[in-house]
Amino acid sequence: MEILGISAFYHDSAAALVRDGKIIAAAQEERFTRKKHDSDFPRNAVQFCMDACKKGSPGPDYVVFYEKPFIKFERLLETYFAFAPNGLESFRMAIPLWIREKLFQRSLLNRELTKLRPHTKWDKKILFSEHHLSHAASAFYPSPFGEAAVLTTDGVGEWATTSIAIGNNKNLQIVKELHFPHSLGLLYSAFTYHAGFKVNSGEYKLMGLAPYGEPKYAQRIFDKLLDLKSDGSFRLDVSYFNYCAGLTMTNSKFDELFGCPPRKPSESLTQKHMDIAASIQVVLEEIMLRMTRFASRETGLRNLCLAGGCALNCVANGKVMRDGHFDGIWIQPASGDAGGALGAALAAYHIHFDRDRELSSPEDAMRGSYLGPDHSQIEIEQRLEAAGAVFHVLGDNCLITECVNALESGQALGWFQGRMEFGPRALGGRSILADARSPSMQSVLNLKVKYRESFRPFAPSVLREDVSDWFDLDADSPYMLLVAAVAPSKQTRMTTEDQKRFGIDKLNVPRSAIPAVTHVDYSARIQTVHAETNPRYAQLLKAFKQRTGCPVLVNTSFNVRGEPIVGTPEEAFQCFMGTQIDALAIGNCFLRKGEQRPELANNYASTLEMD
Amino acid sequence: MTFLCEIWGFMRVRKKFWLLPMLAVLLILGGLLILAQTSAIAPFIYSLF
Repeated sequence: MEILGISAFYHDSAAALVRDGKIIAAAQEERFTRKKHDSDFPRNAVQFCMDACKKGSPGPDYVVFYEKPFIKFERLLETYFAFAPNGLESFRMAIPLWIREKLFQRSLLNRELTKLRPHTKWDKKILFSEHHLSHAASAFYPSPFGEAAVLTTDGVGEWATTSIAIGNNKNLQIVKELHFPHSLGLLYSAFTYHAGFKVNSGEYKLMGLAPYGEPKYAQRIFDKLLDLKSDGSFRLDVSYFNYCAGLTMTNSKFDELFGCPPRKPSESLTQKHMDIAASIQVVLEEIMLRMTRFASRETGLRNLCLAGGCALNCVANGKVMRDGHFDGIWIQPASGDAGGALGAALAAYHIHFDRDRELSSPEDAMRGSYLGPDHSQIEIEQRLEAAGAVFHVLGDNCLITECVNALESGQALGWFQGRMEFGPRALGGRSILADARSPSMQSVLNLKVKYRESFRPFAPSVLREDVSDWFDLDADSPYMLLVAAVAPSKQTRMTTEDQKRFGIDKLNVPRSAIPAVTHVDYSARIQTVHAETNPRYAQLLKAFKQRTGCPVLVNTSFNVRGEPIVGTPEEAFQCFMGTQIDALAIGNCFLRKGEQRPELANNYASTLEMD
Repeated sequence: MTFLCEIWGFMRVRKKFWLLPMLAVLLILGGLLILAQTSAIAPFIYSLF
């Protein structure tokens, strides 16, 4: 049985294909349309999944949408009633959209699917899952656990904002829910908005900003904004927020509480913004810890699965892991709404159709999250030739040697290999790599390659077998979703003068043997690399270790500010030519910047949008 | 028709019959607004209000 999962019409639309319970393909629409967080019907991603269906089949047997639109509409109406007469403007904007199309989602899906496969009767094949059940299914079914507690936390789905479920083989049941407007995701997004970042995309920037500040306002948040219970459930004081009925996240009462209005994107970040970021991070961690401890107590289970947007807060995930209430933690790499497409398909297969689950262990069933499109060597060569690129086709070992040469000499290397990752992180499929030992690499990559804010940290990739030598972690973290400290033996002691530095000033102090990936609090967002799921990337790290003694590389996504990660060889080449990436490895093709035709260089920096 | 059956099923299961008048008004108004924007009957709709 083949089931297609779809998430769409809010943000990060995506499609995923599951065959007899096995994950076959998954991709986000933004990678095809080049519109970041594209929320339209994911026709390209659906087409990609349909192409992955069994040869000769008319398409998937069922299509599952990741949430229930009627219940969402019910929440919308009830919220408007509760806040009336406030919220008229928001009502005027939202309701016509619902009346025009969102309420008729079955017809909309039917129409779009018919455009792709006209001779199939799609109407009879469409099912609807629930938002948090989709998240929970995306976290539990691909995990390597036979039974586990499942915690899903995000902004809001239909009504639920947080859920605790129990997974046992093919069964998955939600046992507790926290409902809108009391939402951890929306609370964090409110602070994201107040700090001047985009809601639904800038949350990770707020997390990256937190270590520069002191949590001076944490107590104020606990005292004024929420009533937190010992089980992690809470009630927000909605009088400080505007998201229920307004068009902004916060209001003037919120501004008064923190003594400043929301930062405009053009304004510079101050120490106060950093302190507020540190404070909300502390609050989020405390809530997550209480919730996971409660889940452990309530279920008595020793494994935990996480999903939902808040599960992308890898600093909190690291704290949950070190809290020791669970033996194993597994986090869905596509924890945001894109992953809902995968969860919806898995939920339909195991719950609706009551099909058995084949446990994937010790590795999980996500196959490294390399579930997107790939390109054959011949195709890559043809496409690069058409784009006017000058390249060398190298043997496997020779390619690795050339890449190590580039990295060792301090160059930034574009790395485009195999299938594209599903989820927001580049995991060595569509990555920019660099030497983590270089003290200047963090600012070079931020300012000359990615064209983004200088405060933002980079993440390390490390061979799984070496992770405990370099970091305070001895567990798998293949999806870059756990943060841990750099091992004390690799840390550099700061002078008394350096310790007195504040905010962004902290950035310029090298604090370990791998400064490019060591954040100002000595933490790092770690990706462990496994030869089973990405043999070529593991080979590169092994060769780099052999040459330099260091099995760690900087791994950042292959894109520039405001753009989705590159999806095709042409886009990789264009990004290479528009930035200061020095070398590029696409399949077995190796490109050097100095050999390219200068007229193909393009000026990215002047055209970039804020992300 | 499928939509009406589904919305009826939804209200029955969720016991949200009080949404019915609200939905009906919204759908009628929404329908009229769409017609007013796109069709030749727009001048006649004007006289209704």
